[in-house]
Order: sequence, then C-alpha cells, then structure tokens
Amino acid sequence: MAQLIKNRTATLDTWKTLEIVEDETPENVELPTGDVIFPLAVWQARKAEIISCHKRIGLLIDSNERIEDVADDLEYFVVIAVNFPKFVDGRGYSTAALLRQRYHYQGEVRAVGDVLHDQLFYMQRVGFDSYALKDGKDVVYALQKGFTTFGETYQAATDQPQPYFRRRA
Amino acid sequence: MYKYDAIDRQLVNERVEQFRDQVRRWKAGELSDDEFRPLRLQNGLYIQRHAPMFRIAVPYGMMNSARMRKLASISQKYDRGYGHFTTRHNLQLNWPKIEDVPDILAELAEVEMHAIQTSGNCLRNITTDQFAGVAADEIIDPRPLAEILRQWTTFHPEFAFLPRKFKIAISGTKDDRAVTWFHDIGLHLQQRNGEVGFRVIVGGGLGRTPIRGEVVREFLPWQHILTYCEAILRVYNRQGRRDNAFKARIKILVQALGIEAFTKLVEEEWAQTKDGPATITQAEFDRIAAHFAPPAYEKLDEPELPFEKSFKNWADRSIHPHKVPGYAAVTLSLKKHGVAPGDISAEQMLAVADLADQYSFGELRVSHEQNIILADVKKSDLYEVWQKAKAAGLATPNIGLLTAMICCPGGDFCDLANAKSIPIANAIQARFDDLDYLFDIGEIDLNISGCMNACGHHHVGHIGVLGVDKNEAEFYQVTLGGRQGNDARLGKVIGPSFAAEEMPDVVDKIIKVYLEHRHADERFLDTFDRIGLDPFKNRVYEGRAHGKAKAAQPEAA
Repeated sequence: MAQLIKNRTATLDTWKTLEIVEDETPENVELPTGDVIFPLAVWQARKAEIISCHKRIGLLIDSNERIEDVADDLEYFVVIAVNFPKFVDGRGYSTAALLRQRYHYQGEVRAVGDVLHDQLFYMQRVGFDSYALKDGKDVVYALQKGFTTFGETYQAATDQPQPYFRRRA
Repeated sequence: MYKYDAIDRQLVNERVEQFRDQVRRWKAGELSDDEFRPLRLQNGLYIQRHAPMFRIAVPYGMMNSARMRKLASISQKYDRGYGHFTTRHNLQLNWPKIEDVPDILAELAEVEMHAIQTSGNCLRNITTDQFAGVAADEIIDPRPLAEILRQWTTFHPEFAFLPRKFKIAISGTKDDRAVTWFHDIGLHLQQRNGEVGFRVIVGGGLGRTPIRGEVVREFLPWQHILTYCEAILRVYNRQGRRDNAFKARIKILVQALGIEAFTKLVEEEWAQTKDGPATITQAEFDRIAAHFAPPAYEKLDEPELPFEKSFKNWADRSIHPHKVPGYAAVTLSLKKHGVAPGDISAEQMLAVADLADQYSFGELRVSHEQNIILADVKKSDLYEVWQKAKAAGLATPNIGLLTAMICCPGGDFCDLANAKSIPIANAIQARFDDLDYLFDIGEIDLNISGCMNACGHHHVGHIGVLGVDKNEAEFYQVTLGGRQGNDARLGKVIGPSFAAEEMPDVVDKIIKVYLEHRHADERFLDTFDRIGLDPFKNRVYEGRAHGKAKAAQPEAA
C-alpha cells in the first residue's frame, strides 16, 4: 500500500479506492462502505446512490479525464485523487492547478499512481497537498528533501499566486 | 547582458545540488534508469552512441568572455578539448562522464550558466536573432522579453512533463532570423499604434512532420505574453497526444483541431487568467531591460576599409550592418573546411574570448547557423580582428555561402541518426574549396540533417540534405527551395535518394544548373523560384532511368 504524505507528514491513509475489476462496470460494481474514493465514471453513473449512503466522498480522476465534467459536483468531495499513470504524464498538474485556481476547490488534492520523490516540489506548487508516494520509495527522505528543493520560484502558481517579479523588494 | 541577482544564482545553485543528489540516488539504485532518464534529460544529459552527450544552454544566444573561457576550461578538464554549437543556442560536449556532470554544472553556475531544460519533454531554451540589440533592421530588442520568458520557463511546475519538447523563438526584426515560423511558439515583436506587442505563431516545426506555424493572434500586447503562453501550454499539456511520441508535438494538435478551434480553446483559457498576477509589469520590464542597455559606443566616422582582396572577401561575408555608425557585427565562422560544422576547440574558445574583450565590450553571441558573433566591433578594428580570427582558424570567408552549412552531429555521435552528416559536409566542403568559385556561386544555405528529426534544419535549406536509412545503408535525400525568414517554407524533394559518395557530384550538378540559368544578380533561390525544380532534377538524374537513383536500382530488382 502506498505511503501517504499529507500536510508534509507521513500519515495513515484511511481512504480506500474503489477499483473496477473485470466483469464489473461503473453501473454494477458494488459500492463499499466507509471512506471511499470513487472513480469518475462510477460517480457519474451512481451519484445519487453514493450521496445517499456516504458522508465522506472521494473522487478519483485519471490523467485523461476532465475536471470540467464534474465542476458542479466539487462540493461533495472531501478528497480528489489525481492519478499519474506514469510520472512523465504531466496532465495531472494542470488538473490540480485548475481545481485550485479556477474552481477554488478547498478540499484535499491527492497525487496517486506513479508518484515519486523528484516530482513532489512541482506537485506542491500546482496545488497538491497530499501524496501517495509509490511503494518502495523512501518516505523519510521525501519529507526531508522533496518539498524544499528550491527556496524561491519565478512563476505564479497555486502555492504562490504572485510571481517573483511582483514580490521584489 | 543580463546579470544574475541573488535569486537567479540561488536557483541555479539549488539545481546543481538537486542533480548531484539525483545522480547519487541513481548510482545507489534508488532511482531506476526509467525514473532517472527525464531528470537527466532536463539537465541536458543524453546517453549517446559512444559516451554521454551533455548540452549546455546559451539562453537566447548571449555569451561573454568569462563564460567562453569557462567553457574552454570545462571542455579541457572534463572532455576532449572541444565543443559543438547547435542550431538552438546550445553548446554540446560529446565525451563527458555522467559522474562529472554535477561538478560541470557547479562550474557553469559560477559564470551564470546551466543546462536547465536543454532536453526532455519540457519548455526548452528560448532562441532569438543573433544580432538582437544591434541589427540595423531591428524594430524592438527581443532580449528583455526573452529573459523574462527564460525565467518563466525555468522550473515551471505545470509544464515540466509535456507530451513532447516545446521550443519558443522570438524575433524583433523586419527580416526574421530566428526561424520563428518553425517553432512550437514563434513570436514576432512589432509595433502597432505606438504599442509594442507580439504576433503569436503556434504549431510550427521541422522534424518528422515539417509544418509551418499558424497565427493564433495577430497582436498581443507584450504585458500578456506569460499568461498567453500559459494558456497555450495548458491546452497543449492537456490535449496533446501522449500515445505516440511521433505525434505528440503541438503542431499535430493544431493540425488535428484546426487553427480556428485551437485558437478558440486558447482564447477561452486565456480569458480566465488575462490581467492576472502573471501580467508583466512595466517595472519588471524596465528592470530587465536595463541589463541590455547599449554599451558605451564612441562617436565614430565611417572609416575607409583597407583594400586587400582576402580581407575584403572576408569582410564582405562576415560583416552585418550595425545600427550605430562606425560599428559592425562580425560573424566568426565555425565552418572551416574539413572541420565538423559548429565545432570549436578550447583554443579557439579562448581566442574568441580575447577578441570579445579587446574589440567587442567582452560580449559574444552564438547563432542558430552555428557561428559566433562579435556584435559591437569598431570598423576601424576590423582588419586586426580579421588577422587574429584568421590565425585562430575562425575567418573562413564563407558566411552565407555554400560551405558554411548547418549540420547536425549525425551518425558519428548521435543515437537517433540514420546516417552520418559530418562526412557529407566535409566532402562537399572539399569539392568547393576554391574560394573564387564559392564567391561566384554566392549566397546559398545548405543544411544537412542525419535523420528526420531535422536538427540540421534541412527542410529550410535552399539545398537540404537528409540522411535516411534504407536496408541499413546510409542514403541522402535532397530537397531544393526551402528557406528561412519571413517567407519561410519547406524545400521540395528532388527525387530518390543518393549514396554518400554521390553527394558532392549531386551538389555540383545542382550548382551548375544554377550557374547556367542565372540572370545577372540572381541568387540561387531566385533562379530556383524562376525555373522550378525540373531542370535540377533532369540534371542530377541524367543518364539513369528518370526519377530513379542509381543506388536505388538494386532494391527494385
């Protein structure tokens, strides 16, 4: 199970993610109880049912899915997990940036999938605040070094909406 | 020239330590090869045919003597005493050790240089006109905005893992010298009703699928360039293809959507961020522009230049008009016959640094034609500069002529190449070694790429040569009529490809057709435009089944 970093500390993940295995479809998959992260397709197919039996709802959005498609539902989600099927697939960075900058989503934005030490700095900048670090990777070292690679940044981003040139003394 | 402040320096130093740590973890097995690859590429480090290749950035081509001396010393200490200037304002070292690269980066940082994002699927080095700031035909100096863009691209968190590489070029002159129509984003600085802004071109590129870019916006006030680029990049990052690396460049997305639909997406995205904090302030522009203030030019008369034939030959080819009277921009040729085009030895780097200090305010430029420019030379010093440049092997009077070809490293060094390119360049140089003949032929761009990735810009050469692989043998396809500049267009394929040993003859025949047909004052390109492809085609394939190259016949059999 992936190791979770949240608010810059290692923490226990209390959420489970619903996986659709063969023979199952978003329409017929059994909805587990507890704190569950639902794939976008399941959410879209079973929204009313999920809302009726879950207090805390999570959403899983894959790199090829559009956050615009659930823009009106964001208030339902305690956590939105953005999947990185491969760490070189950079679409999730834009998804997180849109969630924070355009839709002003205030809940947890979690990076899941191929989440590695060397991408944590950029992920933090675009608006992620939790990270399911890939199995086998050093969570202690990630906490020690991964978020402080650079002490300053040029561009405006979620973590610092003012570009450096507007913050010069 | 731009000078780092404390923050610029801090970021580059932190980058060195980041990469040192990444190399350490890779050696320790904590990073797999696949995990390490994009990290090293974004620091310019390739694993190549014989050794790693390391690509150092020269942002928008600006250099000074201290940087050049540092490159000389690095090439001697960590490599084999030479480097190779590329078509995108970079210097490549062909033989460094991976373990040494963190130390090389640390040495580069001492002179405000780096290898940040010189490779990988990210925002690459910004390129511009080598005569920026001094060109007589300049409308607006592109360098301050190029520096602002450099800072914006550096470690941009949202666009570090794009579908494919992304290259931006800026031009501020009437006559485009930055190949802006063939970049992912091409920017033309212009003035409209007293306001400065950009024409924004998107989706150009050479490579496997050469496409001329299309205009997404005729005029964008300069303050908005960062938010507008972010809108373009966000659309591309989200919608560009990731299933096939050959179809992943933005040009493919623009073609698939059509320019109208693509523009609509960009404008919708931009509407959300327009006038936001990333809008450039006048104060920031002024701060950066102050770094590019003109040097202390003297008030000079136009001197009488010595009339010595070999000096005059050199001066005719190597001098570019300067906007200040009595000064000239001088191009030092890295196209000496018999040497790989763009290659420069450590000794030459030192000679160039001395020339810059003595004659050009200590500054230097590199051009996308792979030459070096002394931008601010007094005309009264030209004779001395020529003599010293000649002694250093940097005064081949061939700028703009047939033998000053653009050429990629090719199959001798590059893993991607289908064929060698340097031996072809050298063979053609040997054939056209007679200077009088070369001068008589006149202005002509010959560009050679060792594969369809087109690092040698063969598509926009008046004569383009592309290395292709046929049944594991090296062949060369020839195109005619390509060109850069405002009227940039792609060359037309002349016919089936040729074997390496045929190439000097093929070029010779093409030149002969031109010489026989040309009217007075016609350059090669003018004649080509007037008479078309056929006379050239007929000559080079004369004596063989029409349209069928000799070397291709065994295949048909």
